[in-house]
Amino acid sequence: MAGAAQQRAGWRYRANVAARVVAGTIGAYAVAALFAMALARILPMDRAQAVVPATLLAFLVGPAVTIWAFLARGPWRAWAGVILLGALFAAIAWAVGAPA
Amino acid sequence: MSAAVREGVRQVMAWLHGWVGLLLGWVLFVMCLAGTLSVFKPEIGQWMRPETVATADPADAVQAATDWLARNSKGSTGWYLTAPNDRSNTVEAAYDSDGAFLYRALDPVSGTAAPRETLGGEFFYRLHFELDLPYPWGRLLASLAAMFMLVALVTGIIAHRRIFKDYFTFRPAKGQRSWLDGHNALGVLATPFHLMITFTGLVTLASLSMPWGITALYGSDLAKFYQDFTPGFTQRAPTGEKAALAPVAPMLREAQRQLGGTIGRVYVLNPGDKAAVVTVYRSDADQIGFNQSQISFDGVTGKPLGTWRETRGAIQTYNVAYGLHMARFAPLATRWLYFLGGAMLTLAIATGMVLWIVKRRERAPLSLGNRILERLNAGFLGGVPLGCAAYLLANRLLPLGLNGRAELEVSTALWTAAAALVLGAMLPPRRSWPLLTAATALACALAALIGLPLSVMSAALLTTAASLAMLVQKQLRGPTKRPERKRRAAA
Repeated sequence: MAGAAQQRAGWRYRANVAARVVAGTIGAYAVAALFAMALARILPMDRAQAVVPATLLAFLVGPAVTIWAFLARGPWRAWAGVILLGALFAAIAWAVGAPA
Repeated sequence: MSAAVREGVRQVMAWLHGWVGLLLGWVLFVMCLAGTLSVFKPEIGQWMRPETVATADPADAVQAATDWLARNSKGSTGWYLTAPNDRSNTVEAAYDSDGAFLYRALDPVSGTAAPRETLGGEFFYRLHFELDLPYPWGRLLASLAAMFMLVALVTGIIAHRRIFKDYFTFRPAKGQRSWLDGHNALGVLATPFHLMITFTGLVTLASLSMPWGITALYGSDLAKFYQDFTPGFTQRAPTGEKAALAPVAPMLREAQRQLGGTIGRVYVLNPGDKAAVVTVYRSDADQIGFNQSQISFDGVTGKPLGTWRETRGAIQTYNVAYGLHMARFAPLATRWLYFLGGAMLTLAIATGMVLWIVKRRERAPLSLGNRILERLNAGFLGGVPLGCAAYLLANRLLPLGLNGRAELEVSTALWTAAAALVLGAMLPPRRSWPLLTAATALACALAALIGLPLSVMSAALLTTAASLAMLVQKQLRGPTKRPERKRRAAA
């Protein structure tokens, strides 16, 4: 994206930015949300307490994913990263399951 | 990482920083300005109710307040009271009556609503995270803006070449360079504060904006979650059977004896019902953690229902994060530091918004979109402070006893800001900027001078007016070093 001034108007550039914007906003929030769910379920604390670190750290995961979505070498990689991370956290949350 | 890659990363970060800032910059500007003023929420309230000067023992004052509320509210589900303290002499009451949600400052001796009916500092406080929008939209927008803010801060830091040097760099009257220096200095000087306040701000609205950890463990059973999270908060369904509220003063004295410190807030749930509950929170004035201990009483019999002192590590962490944002613990000097940090963040946002335009104007003629943005920037960044000043001025000018007086003050603020935005859209920025800044200076000065006596608040307003007047002078003179820049470029 950097140094691409000459092709800024091209549809490729626009599609590239658009793909990263969606990955960096909706994608980043989804990853953060799934992270919160996974961490809340694996923390060996009582329910009310486990919610706190899960939620607080999720607020740091979100911006990290956003920034990464724009730094990744291509929009495909940005999306692959978001999907992989999201799938990983979803799998953990699902595997541990809701407390009885 | 090679130097080229590092430079590439910086450019991407700068690009992201610019767009994130542009998209929600105005919302963030309102939030930061209102939040900064909220640091002195009780003091602003005191200044806005000069007629209410009586003081009373907190327990007696809350007793007077509940007596008044019992007579003057209908079908309430709860009264949420803040006891007087060394920053405020009134009892602040938020309550519902006949389905309407009301806010009144009550006289500590008579319990009646203050004659100068006003929201006081509560207006800025609510504006800070609800943006005068209906629930939950205002809070959701505020949460979204805070997330953008966090991204803007991190990208701004990474995009930076020389954090330390920028502490000491300011090259005035050099167009884009100066705006960038100013923006950097404002952002860099208080970076840790900016990061802390943004993160803890997100935490305060977490149950709304990031509820997924709760969902993962509690499903949709939120009642159970709140019961686990705040066990000291006793809730009972109303029975429908009427019963008078027992005197609260003895409950408050008992609470103070058990919890130590002073009384902070008093919640009366289901007042007038047989299932009434009175919950007393210890004041946060001497501890960072928020709502750390409370005691509940049966509202009809006055018997204690339970005492809760928070000792669970994770919950205490949350309470401390919350408390760091609310700054209720802060003694006077710390409060001023919060105010300064907030003011710097507000100005960093404003200069950032201006910088977006300045940067593009120095490269090429502005596009239509950016020309519109330039005008609306002046209208908005100049208009919101003017609206705040108009709110204070309306407090001095509107006659007492006017119907819906408190709401009129708020409408004055909102319509003034709206008018400023229209003015900004219509006039060229070189006219609208000095006009709006001068109007804000004038409004601040008038608000300070009408209805003396002088106080710290009026001194602060006069100082603001004086600095704004100096700014107007600068704005009218315009950029001075332009020709020199061109000569150098040609050489």
